[in-house]
Amino acid sequence: MSVTTADAVLPYDEALATYDPVMGLEVHVELGTATKMFCGCSTTFGADPNTQTCPVCLGLPGALPVVNATAVESAVRIGLALNCQIAQWCRFARKNYFYPDMPKNFQTSQYDEPIAFEGYLDVDLDDGSTFRVEIERAHMEEDTGKSLHVGGSTGRIHGAEYSLVDYNRAGIPLIEIVTKPILGAGERAPEVARAYVSALRDLLKALDVSDVKMEQGSMRCDANVSLKPRGAEKLGTRTETKNVNSLRSVERAVRYEICRHAAVLNGGGSILQETRHWHEDTGATTSGRPKSDADDYRYFPEPDLVPVAPAHELVERLRGTLPEPPAERRKRLQAAWGYSDLEMRDVMNAGAVGIIEETVAAGASPAAARKWWTGELARRANAEGKSVSDFNVTPAYVAELDGLVGSGRLNDSMARQVLDGVIAGEGSPTAVADARGLELVQDDGALEAAVDQVIAANPDVAQKVRDGKVQAVGALIGQVMKAMKGQADAGKARELLLQRLT
Amino acid sequence: MTDITRLTAAEIADRLAAQEISSVEATQAHLDRIAAVDGDVHAFLHVDAEGALAAAREADERRARGDHVGALTGVPIAVKDVVATQGQPTTAGSRMLEGWVPPYDATLVTRLRAAGMPILGKTNMDEFAMGSSTEHSAYGPSHNPWDLERTPGGSGGGSSAAVAAFEAPLAIGTDTGGSIRQPAAVTGTVGAKPTYGGVSRYGLIALASSLDQAGPCTRSVLDAALLHEVIGGHDPMDSTSIEAPVPPVVEAARRADVTGMRIGIVKEISGEGFQPGVQRRFEESVQLLVDRGAEVVEVSCPTFSQGLAAYYLILPSEASSNLAKFDAMRYGLRVGPQGVESPSAEQVMAASRDAGFGDEVKRRIILGTYALSSGYYDAYYGQAQKVRTLIARDFAAAFEKADVLVSPTAPTTAFRLGEKIDDPMAMYLNDIATIPANLAGVPGLSLPSGVADEDGLPTGFQVLAPATQDHLMYGVGAALEAALLEKWGGPVLAKAPELTAKETVR
Repeated sequence: MSVTTADAVLPYDEALATYDPVMGLEVHVELGTATKMFCGCSTTFGADPNTQTCPVCLGLPGALPVVNATAVESAVRIGLALNCQIAQWCRFARKNYFYPDMPKNFQTSQYDEPIAFEGYLDVDLDDGSTFRVEIERAHMEEDTGKSLHVGGSTGRIHGAEYSLVDYNRAGIPLIEIVTKPILGAGERAPEVARAYVSALRDLLKALDVSDVKMEQGSMRCDANVSLKPRGAEKLGTRTETKNVNSLRSVERAVRYEICRHAAVLNGGGSILQETRHWHEDTGATTSGRPKSDADDYRYFPEPDLVPVAPAHELVERLRGTLPEPPAERRKRLQAAWGYSDLEMRDVMNAGAVGIIEETVAAGASPAAARKWWTGELARRANAEGKSVSDFNVTPAYVAELDGLVGSGRLNDSMARQVLDGVIAGEGSPTAVADARGLELVQDDGALEAAVDQVIAANPDVAQKVRDGKVQAVGALIGQVMKAMKGQADAGKARELLLQRLT
Repeated sequence: MTDITRLTAAEIADRLAAQEISSVEATQAHLDRIAAVDGDVHAFLHVDAEGALAAAREADERRARGDHVGALTGVPIAVKDVVATQGQPTTAGSRMLEGWVPPYDATLVTRLRAAGMPILGKTNMDEFAMGSSTEHSAYGPSHNPWDLERTPGGSGGGSSAAVAAFEAPLAIGTDTGGSIRQPAAVTGTVGAKPTYGGVSRYGLIALASSLDQAGPCTRSVLDAALLHEVIGGHDPMDSTSIEAPVPPVVEAARRADVTGMRIGIVKEISGEGFQPGVQRRFEESVQLLVDRGAEVVEVSCPTFSQGLAAYYLILPSEASSNLAKFDAMRYGLRVGPQGVESPSAEQVMAASRDAGFGDEVKRRIILGTYALSSGYYDAYYGQAQKVRTLIARDFAAAFEKADVLVSPTAPTTAFRLGEKIDDPMAMYLNDIATIPANLAGVPGLSLPSGVADEDGLPTGFQVLAPATQDHLMYGVGAALEAALLEKWGGPVLAKAPELTAKETVR
């Protein structure tokens, strides 16, 4: 738990009545390359500390970096997907500062010559409108090691008894994507921030360049926020909230900082340019270290590396490997599936576009695919605190289940029972239905007998139907289904009942 | 029987090939010589008798089995202590790395081992290769075999002294502004700095990454070419390494032909400011080349005079960053700050760097940190890079008129230990003629041109060639060497005084 005094905050509406928020978002993405940025060490997450290291990523005297060509290709693809220009020639630079988790005490990064620059990303907002976020640059760099500060109350270096450093992460390829100042989002600024990070995550996932797991740190967001009086030109002093590691937190952190800045400014104070730490538990930020523009990293071109000069042919070849942009893909699929805007948004929010696409491809109807994944399966996942991907239910199984319903072998309640079996690992839907003996009775004789029996046993209800209250037939259908122990086609039962009573 | 230690590497190689001697004998002879004279010379920081003899036995077995052997298989060598050697201490002449044993070999060491060359030990140097005298070594200076009161040059004075004192037929040096060539000049030996990127830098403890280059220290031009061929060539571990085969250096050294070649005398790096005896030997050497069929042209490289200033901005800038890794966190010296209980990591870093680095290193780190600082970058580092470009242009223009450029290697003969230690500028001026080659990345070779009349100490002759044309400097160097040997009736080192063998056991 962090021990801090709570900062004053202004209610959001009041803050927005006086100020325009301006944001700048910096997203670090760990690339999913097999090896590190400048050496051949593995990048696998979760290995024992300091087992994925070598003279290069440990910064041993004499070791030299060599650029990972795959990482450069990933960077170019990201740049292209963000509608950026790709540098014909660019260099790495050294960012010099001392910190124990930086083996060389400089980070090999890019400074004034990023590989990609001047792009944009259109992001969809909840109301269906689109907001264009301008991208300033995307550049390549290496990650640092990971420090674990032990013995203090805060988990930070100050007050810790000792620190452990794991250099497995040192040298993992990173792409840092920096937006231009995001102006004009107004009250929707926090939503824009979340939607941007979300859209970026979808894009990177579609590019297959990173596993973009915010909770594992393979995608990290720093949110710069400043306020200016409404209508003013001059930007206010910004704060940089570091390592906001979920979409929801991005939105909350931006919102919090807007409210906090407004309180400071309204109180006649001025914003201290500093980094802030986001606390998920309290929903607040606390002061980090002061950061001024005068921070001097003594950047200079990395003399151990030759310039990166992606050939025109390579860039064009990589352009050809870009996936369909997520927004366009979404529009195409919505049209093909005939979903309403609301339905499509639900599917998107559930992150189920891909799995529905596979399910439809496996033969299910779009409506059924949506119903299963965002309905029954999502409900079960929520109830168990799991994700649908934790169940051993594949798109092919869902399509098969849909087929069993469509062919009349199963009704909905039976299909849910079959799903129980599939989730329990009893095999495919057909196998489960067979094993559990789940099958609608197709023998009309038995059904007709049951219908006659129910009419005879419920003369009052039957009379109501005869008198024109057709909706009363529902009660009779229920009786028939009960008599049939559920293994009857409810539609057919209804049909027979109405035949006899009208 | 001849004294093996007096033979050149090529002569040892011939005798090994003829099976007249074994590698174990050659290695032992040099180990004995080290034991006898290194107490006076102090060329070595670490001698690895056991490892060298094991490698020698392996080389002998290879030959006995009829396995493939290279030109220098079985010939022992000394390696400058700035080069990482797995299992052998590597200190770069600094307290900071006292006792550090690298877990890996530099690429050039891997190549020496693959070639079956026993590594005798690690040679002394100015701390992190900063200096021109070895007086900045944390382990005490090396002494010039010509006069033990004098410096064998620097930073690679240990390598040049080892070769000049017959403690090793070959040594590896590194040259950032002249650290192979200036020591060669003042010890009467040969030193070659290949084209930048010609020899892998992987495993060289970096001083200034854009200037550093490893190369041979030997007693003959042919030996230098033979060693160059072993250590040179592309290395995927060094992205600044040239992707091309080693130029035909051995062939050029053997041919030793300057007929029709245009030899350019660089006006700005000879004559005024050079010791008369150094200048006289230089002029005679030029005449000898003319006698052998070369043509002399005078060229002007006006920006060379800015070279020293540019060098002393670029080098400290890169060095300040390269040396940041020495922070006591992972390896090397670690000292706690005085009187501080449970110090922070930052305090330990500061105290360790204060205790581990010598004055010259601190001086250059401070210079470089300043030169890279925001607000000063353009005026210092930025300007220096522009000068560097201009120097490269001067070279390009000069190489239009001449096939190679020549100059005295160093302005003076060996100076006395202690003479310049308190005057950094005087020390820096030693490299006035050698620095331009590093700034432009072109190759340079120094060979003995005789001894100065006024002090009887060796003088050096420098040959510079266009980038990747290293063979040209070997051809010219070998031709001059042949003419001088003819003139003197033997190598210049024959004029050096005999070192008295010490009875002391090291």
